[in-house]
Amino acid sequence: MSLHTFRRHCRSGWLTTLRLTLVMALLLGLAYPLVVVTLGQLWFPHQANGSLLADSKGRVVGSALVGQAFTSDRYFQGRPSAVDYAADQLGGSNLAPSNPALRQRVLSDARRITARDGVAVGEIPVDLLTASGSGIDPDISMAGAELQMARIARVRGMAVKDVQALVARYGRRDGNINVLRLNLALDGIDIQPQ
Amino acid sequence: MTIILLIYVLLAVLAVPLGLYMGRALDSRHTSRFDRFFAPLESGLMRLAGIDAQASMSWSSYALALIKLNLLLILLAWLVFMAQGVLPLNPDRIAGMNWSTALHTAVSFVTNTDQQHYSGQAQLSYLSQTLAIVTLQFLSPATGLAVLLAIARTLLRRGDGTTAGNSSGQHGVGNYYVDLVRIVIRVLLPLSLVVALLLVWQGVPASWQGAQSVTMLDGGTTQIIPRGPVAPMVAIKQLGTNGGGWYGPNSSVPLENPDLLSNVIETLAIMLIPVASLVAVGVISGRRRLMIGIGAVMVALSLISTTLVMVSERGPNSALQGVAIAGSHNMEGKELRFGSDLSALWGSWTTQTSNGSVNAMHDSFNPLGGMTLLMDMFVNVAFGGVGVGLIGYLLYLMLAAFMGSLMIGRAPELFGKPLETREIRWISLAILAQPLLILGLSAITVSFPSLTGNSNPGFHGLSQVLYEYTSAFANNGSGFEGLADASTWWNLTCVVALLIGRFLPMLVPLAVAGWLAGKRTAPAGRGSLALDSGPFLALSVGTIVIVNLLGFMPALVLGPIAEQLTAG
Repeated sequence: MSLHTFRRHCRSGWLTTLRLTLVMALLLGLAYPLVVVTLGQLWFPHQANGSLLADSKGRVVGSALVGQAFTSDRYFQGRPSAVDYAADQLGGSNLAPSNPALRQRVLSDARRITARDGVAVGEIPVDLLTASGSGIDPDISMAGAELQMARIARVRGMAVKDVQALVARYGRRDGNINVLRLNLALDGIDIQPQ
Repeated sequence: MTIILLIYVLLAVLAVPLGLYMGRALDSRHTSRFDRFFAPLESGLMRLAGIDAQASMSWSSYALALIKLNLLLILLAWLVFMAQGVLPLNPDRIAGMNWSTALHTAVSFVTNTDQQHYSGQAQLSYLSQTLAIVTLQFLSPATGLAVLLAIARTLLRRGDGTTAGNSSGQHGVGNYYVDLVRIVIRVLLPLSLVVALLLVWQGVPASWQGAQSVTMLDGGTTQIIPRGPVAPMVAIKQLGTNGGGWYGPNSSVPLENPDLLSNVIETLAIMLIPVASLVAVGVISGRRRLMIGIGAVMVALSLISTTLVMVSERGPNSALQGVAIAGSHNMEGKELRFGSDLSALWGSWTTQTSNGSVNAMHDSFNPLGGMTLLMDMFVNVAFGGVGVGLIGYLLYLMLAAFMGSLMIGRAPELFGKPLETREIRWISLAILAQPLLILGLSAITVSFPSLTGNSNPGFHGLSQVLYEYTSAFANNGSGFEGLADASTWWNLTCVVALLIGRFLPMLVPLAVAGWLAGKRTAPAGRGSLALDSGPFLALSVGTIVIVNLLGFMPALVLGPIAEQLTAG
């Protein structure tokens, strides 16, 4: 097209563009989320509000989807987290396999796990040595839970088979187990979904 | 393994009917039975916006209308991000964004890239996430698909093209606004509603309430659990090859992707529309054989890449050697509920399609897995982004047609129309911009170590820089996220890569379609190039491989290949 028509084209049509933008923003940016939130709250209120878990007094103790930091020997411990389970920070380590910092972290975690649970280096389940992508992975593997059972029983003065029974009860078909739910059960806290 | 194949099969089962539907519902040339449902809503919206639905645009008016809308969207989104601190719907009291990150974010979402130099749950208000981001997550894939429709109607249509010339004597390619509204109302919005509600059911939040504080069981410290209208965004993020998530680490976060079922739904949503678009174009253009051929090439590319990444991530992470149980997969940066296979599948699909969402951290993939993701983004047409994937393939096809014609000693032609200097000049520019820009910007950035913001030393540091620019140019949006990329340098250089990577490879094929439409068609003879023949498809694959792999091989040798060879 000629330069003249090009100039004319560039100038015309801005009002249509602006009106279309506003109409679309109201429809897609406000009405659509509003419909989903309204229906979600109506049909699936527990999930829509973050899958929160409350104790018998109605106090919120956590979310079924958000792992918590467990450091004391009385509790099953989760995977390493690059953000210490800060759910408002979130994130993985983003360390490359070739990064010496990753090797160092793995070795120091391995030393701690070996001292804590008496498992030999070279036999530690991989999930207990690797940080998740989100930093709040709520799960560990059944193998990772089983190797902690003897310690939990000893520290809490429980029979090992009682701990085993809990692990069996909370273990899922995919071979993983939710650490928060397991630890709440250990403490005898009754949970109702909120 | 079985589940991976099952997901591929499910994809075909869902995408083919969707494509047949899209082909009928989006073809503006004749009325369909779907008009009865949608036409009243659409004409209402178009009246509100003041759009003349009957006007046909030439390719250049179509492109100009597109550029104007995109410019305006960038401007408005930029303002919203900077002003969010004083705007409503901000229960967590988040402050305004700085100008360069806000500009990068606006351009990134308008270009369907969704590269994020910020962490959503901490740096965006609910208003920014919905009014700005969700709107762009609809309009950017709709724009890509609209251009594909225009090309399908003009270049690919069989026969001499019944699209009438308009007043300026140029060939009409359709109406950008009408295409945009139809795609949103007939495809993106209904699909998003269904997927969003499925995701809420599985545990993705949908709430206007602010974050919930809880006291952690062990030690009594406070944990803040961010919420919001997450599900509506995640649905269109996946369906529209957008990729920008609510939470910083995207769909690795259990609140954004709670379990196996949500992961299967979100994975399928990555590929659904790109695959369906191919079927739809087959319906609209009548070139079924060509589309089946292209589809076969894309499936092959996709399967090769997925297999490579899966094998790579089933291997051990070298940093865990001798410490973890022998034979463990690489689980650094991966979620336990997905494991290595589903993380590898997501990683390869998200880079094949320019989606860019993640359910695991690509930075921590094994070197050859990370390299495969990079190669996926160089190629970018194994189904590719919504609309733009097939457009990108057509760009390669044009180059292949030029070379193929010369090989058999004929004047270069495409669908019987002569390819001349003007066309080939622009096609070459659109293809060469990729290596020039990615390698050029990477070279400048690594020359000044203070600019890179690397979190990993050595060869992987180069991979991080290369990945960031590749992701920007490919409009992908994933990253080797250890990179400290919220600096003014990274923001502004990525903006350049985002804009050129979006508009050049998208508008050049549209222009070529417009130019060719005005030329006389030579009758097809025994000697003309058969674009849907096996040998020609092989030639187009060869073009893709040569252009991408040879151009980037030196960079790959210095990055991931060197990292793999030196792994301890």
